[in-house]
Amino acid sequence: MSREPAAGAAAVEVRGLHVALGGTPILTGVDLTVAAGEWVTVIGPNGAGKSTLLRAVGGLLPAPRAITLFGTPSAALRRRDRARIVATVAQSPVVPPGMSVLDYVLLGRTPYIPTLGRESTADVDAVHEVLGRLDLAGFHRRELATLSGGERQRVFLARALAQGATLLLLDEPTSALDIGHQQDVLEVVDQLRREHGLTVLATMHDLSLAGEYADRMVMLAAGQVVAAGTPSEVLTEDLLATHYRASVRVVPGAHGPLVVPVRPARP
Amino acid sequence: MRWLVAGLVAVLVALVVGVSLGPVSLPPGSVAAELLNLFPGVHLDSGLTEREIAIVTELRLPRVVLGLLVGGLLALAGGCYQGVFRNPLADPYLLGVAAGAGLAVTAAIALGGAGQQGTLSGLPMTIPLAAFAGSLLAVTMTYVLGAAGGRRGSPAMLILAGVAVSAFLSAGQTYLLQRHADTIQPVYSWLLGRLATAGWHDVLLVLPYAVLTTVVVLLHRRELDVLAVGDDEARSLGLHPQRTRYLLIAAASLGTAAAVSATGLIGFVGIIVPHTVRLLAGSSYRVILPMSLLFGGAFLALTDVVARTVAAPSELPIGVVTALLGGPFFVLVLRTARRVLT
Repeated sequence: MSREPAAGAAAVEVRGLHVALGGTPILTGVDLTVAAGEWVTVIGPNGAGKSTLLRAVGGLLPAPRAITLFGTPSAALRRRDRARIVATVAQSPVVPPGMSVLDYVLLGRTPYIPTLGRESTADVDAVHEVLGRLDLAGFHRRELATLSGGERQRVFLARALAQGATLLLLDEPTSALDIGHQQDVLEVVDQLRREHGLTVLATMHDLSLAGEYADRMVMLAAGQVVAAGTPSEVLTEDLLATHYRASVRVVPGAHGPLVVPVRPARP
Repeated sequence: MRWLVAGLVAVLVALVVGVSLGPVSLPPGSVAAELLNLFPGVHLDSGLTEREIAIVTELRLPRVVLGLLVGGLLALAGGCYQGVFRNPLADPYLLGVAAGAGLAVTAAIALGGAGQQGTLSGLPMTIPLAAFAGSLLAVTMTYVLGAAGGRRGSPAMLILAGVAVSAFLSAGQTYLLQRHADTIQPVYSWLLGRLATAGWHDVLLVLPYAVLTTVVVLLHRRELDVLAVGDDEARSLGLHPQRTRYLLIAAASLGTAAAVSATGLIGFVGIIVPHTVRLLAGSSYRVILPMSLLFGGAFLALTDVVARTVAAPSELPIGVVTALLGGPFFVLVLRTARRVLT
């Protein structure tokens, strides 16, 4: 079986994905396609199954035959090979006490290091290159736990980039950040995506931000896709009222619709 | 590199000091010369008499070497458990692993008739395997019990489970001791931890298992660093975290079992040494594990010097000395680890 990405194949192809955790169905028949180079953001109310979908695409859940990555069934990929294709930034990654930024980002080179082996100078060079790209060059000796939220998020991204994967899965990449750092991180991701032809599949809660950066959006509710399309097709007052039970006003913006919460009128 | 040199120096110092001090004090220079004479092709004049040379090579050297091996193994196992369980308090004793090994050895002696000559020297080479079975049983019980307390099994739950398993297995051991009080007298001194009756036989008993444990654990030191960021992350970086974890638990338990078989219950080495190394040399297991091996060995060999000189001519059980040092140290670790536990 060829591990080379098939030409023209979608980065992610999910067909009829069912996931149950501990007997409870979380996802019931989800379809999703992400073209290579595209940015797709999954939105949906709490408990809709967004993180589970991302974990399944990242190979962290058993999903036989439902998921294809760059033309190869995910189940047919060896873990190390999958790790060279897909990199995940979890919602709140563990920050091991005492670990330096350099050591942390070096962990991203794991799929290239022989079992029981150690990093080569090429691996260290690759990490320094990634740190430079993310404006973290001066940070490599700092202890990860002492960095601010925004700096940390960039280090998490750096680890994922050091993995050399072309598909980036971001689970709530901005949830721990203030509004300025949220924009900062998303700009960095978008810039990297353009420069290096990355594909991004993200989950987000902030709908306006999500709509400004995504090419396409997918709305999940109760384990199923209830809407998919461009941001202006998905971010509508009707859909948000139905599935989020939210009272919002959607205003057209320069980069996509802006979703403004409005206090519901009392009956 | 700096730390590797420091560790090797510590081992050499422990070796020379451990062999020099005792009821008959020998000049360290002569001892060093005599130790070098053990290498083929070296012939130095140490100025020691035949009898003193016999003290060095037949009495003290095996004892110090056993101390180095056992201390190294216990510290390595402790560091390994701390990484595998992501728990700063994990230690062969707190997890109940040592109690499991102790029970198995006691059972083998009481029911299998080993050591009937009234001494523990001359134990069959298979004793560590019985101890290994006991230690695996114990660590499995602790793991299952600890995980039952919560989906992820919090660090404190794991230790509480270890304490419960320890108490349970110790009770089994006490029962065996009561029932076989006549044949099992030597177990009492062994229970408190002792390097005293060590001859080369005990060293040979431990050595193969020590080598196996050390090789397996040290080969996986980078994977332990990856495990530190979480199982999901390790998996998405291409590892099999659970497979690695089981392998390392088995290796650390084998090392603990071998150590317990030879020298009985010597507590706290597995927590004192890795934590001191972590404070001094950083948090990467690539440094912690090899350094724990070296400093653990040096620590126990030097503790043994204290145990046999402080109340001379009688000896303190070495397990008592490590517990006296380890108790306060444990409180210190608890204070610094509070953040992790709550």
